Amino acid sequence: MLRIEYAYWLIAAFLFYTAWRNARDRQLARATFWALLGLLFVGGDAVLAQQKAGNALPSQIAGCMVIALALLAPRLRRQAHPETASASARLASAIRLGHKLFVPALLIPLVTLLVALVGEHLSIGGHALFAKPQMTLTGLALACVIAVFAAARVAQAPLHQGLSEGRRLLDAIGWAALLPLLLAALGEVFTQSGVGAAISALAQMILPEGNAFLCLLVFALGMVLFTVIMGNAFAAFPVMMAGIGLPLLVHRYGASPAILGSMGMLCGYCGTLLTPMAADYNLVPAALLELRNPYGVIRAQAWSAAGIFVATFLIMWALVFR
Amino acid sequence: MNYWPLLGVAVIVIGFALRFNAVPVVVCAALVSGLLAGLHPPELLALLGKSFVSSRMLMLFVLTLPAIGLLEHAGLREHAQQWMARLRGMTLARLLIGYLLVREVLAMFGLTGVAGAAQTVRPLLAPMSEAAAEKIHPGLNDAERDEVRAVAAATDNIGRFFGEDVFIALGAVLLIQGFYAQHGIDLSPLSIALWALPTAIVAFVIQSVRVWLFQRRLQRRAQASRREQEA
Repeated sequence: MLRIEYAYWLIAAFLFYTAWRNARDRQLARATFWALLGLLFVGGDAVLAQQKAGNALPSQIAGCMVIALALLAPRLRRQAHPETASASARLASAIRLGHKLFVPALLIPLVTLLVALVGEHLSIGGHALFAKPQMTLTGLALACVIAVFAAARVAQAPLHQGLSEGRRLLDAIGWAALLPLLLAALGEVFTQSGVGAAISALAQMILPEGNAFLCLLVFALGMVLFTVIMGNAFAAFPVMMAGIGLPLLVHRYGASPAILGSMGMLCGYCGTLLTPMAADYNLVPAALLELRNPYGVIRAQAWSAAGIFVATFLIMWALVFR
Repeated sequence: MNYWPLLGVAVIVIGFALRFNAVPVVVCAALVSGLLAGLHPPELLALLGKSFVSSRMLMLFVLTLPAIGLLEHAGLREHAQQWMARLRGMTLARLLIGYLLVREVLAMFGLTGVAGAAQTVRPLLAPMSEAAAEKIHPGLNDAERDEVRAVAAATDNIGRFFGEDVFIALGAVLLIQGFYAQHGIDLSPLSIALWALPTAIVAFVIQSVRVWLFQRRLQRRAQASRREQEA
């Protein structure tokens, strides 16, 4: 049975390979960085299992490793390795191979789609082929493996060249690859530290009495602001709902819960488009596309987010109190 | 009420504003907030470690890198660009709006993982967009090239975000339903998901208009530079 854990081991193997290649190039900070991250990927399941069993020591060691990663990160300069093939060689190869080049690239979304759609029903000898949790992501990992083989075949290149090209790209992305995980951890720490409760207390303090429209506006802007801070609308939603949405808008002013919940969440999504805290959508793509400005994607999204927010708020205002 | 943990938020804001390396800034913010909330250092370390490893799926995109690296080495981007240049009638706006539509509809059916910055934007959509932009404005400079790529990534994000809320079995709708259920209000997931439709349509229209405006801006710049050359 294919489980998401196998994908983590695969990532760990790739990280160790990257670390080894960097060590050979005498890039010691980089090598240590990727090796530590690889250890966290291999050991992650054991850490979680021990934590559940009441043993906090492995989690504490993992926490120390995260701090070590943070100390190493500033020493990783984001320098792109030079391209391994000249522009003319790539052009010649593009003309020679033509549309065949699209096949492995399209295999990644297509295999993922296939697993997402029919993965549940696949079984070998009575055993389900894919474990239920995170099936789409397991499918994505499988798709990537299939795509490497297909790419090596199409490009008539040895498989290890795929690894070394992958390492080149990973080094180009550098520490930005780590941000989504770190920010998720930060969100968890914020929640446990009561940052959410403090913010909703502040919001209630500035809240005007007896005006449903202003109350709705504070709620919607609060969703945006809190999402910008936490990087995630899911973290903002329970806080704003418990602080303002449920006691005031639903219970006092009679707002429709379904509309308030749905559109309030969408106001939060507008915040996600604006914040570097949502690193996996905003900073990682900028690194992947090798933009000079790390906030380039946010800049491209900002006016769309503003427009969508205003429209959503107006629709919500028109419908929610009926 | 203990307001001190909010200083963690201040650390983030200042750190990002001064453009320090984001990794230590984030870890510092977590330590500041946790300690000011009165968590003991061992507890805080365990919390940090545990939450870090429980979100490992967020790095799954690195698995796409070997295949994409190999294909780019063999000329994938060059081929995508040449193919776009040959396609008559395929403009930048049509390409991006078409992608936006497909991405949003897929997300509405819960298929958010099939596309993304690593899976589709870097290998396919970004080079195609660049080629389509080159057709309008030959000789894009580096800043304009970055802008085209950023618009492609933004289009991917917007399609995903505002489509996924319409799907009933995905995180957002279930979170909303769960929250209300805890507080004694029973709603069906469908009634919540339905109210995401207006915004899904609005998001599609707004981003399409912005893409079209971006294309028009490129056309104007191309005209201006042509006029300069003639003069």
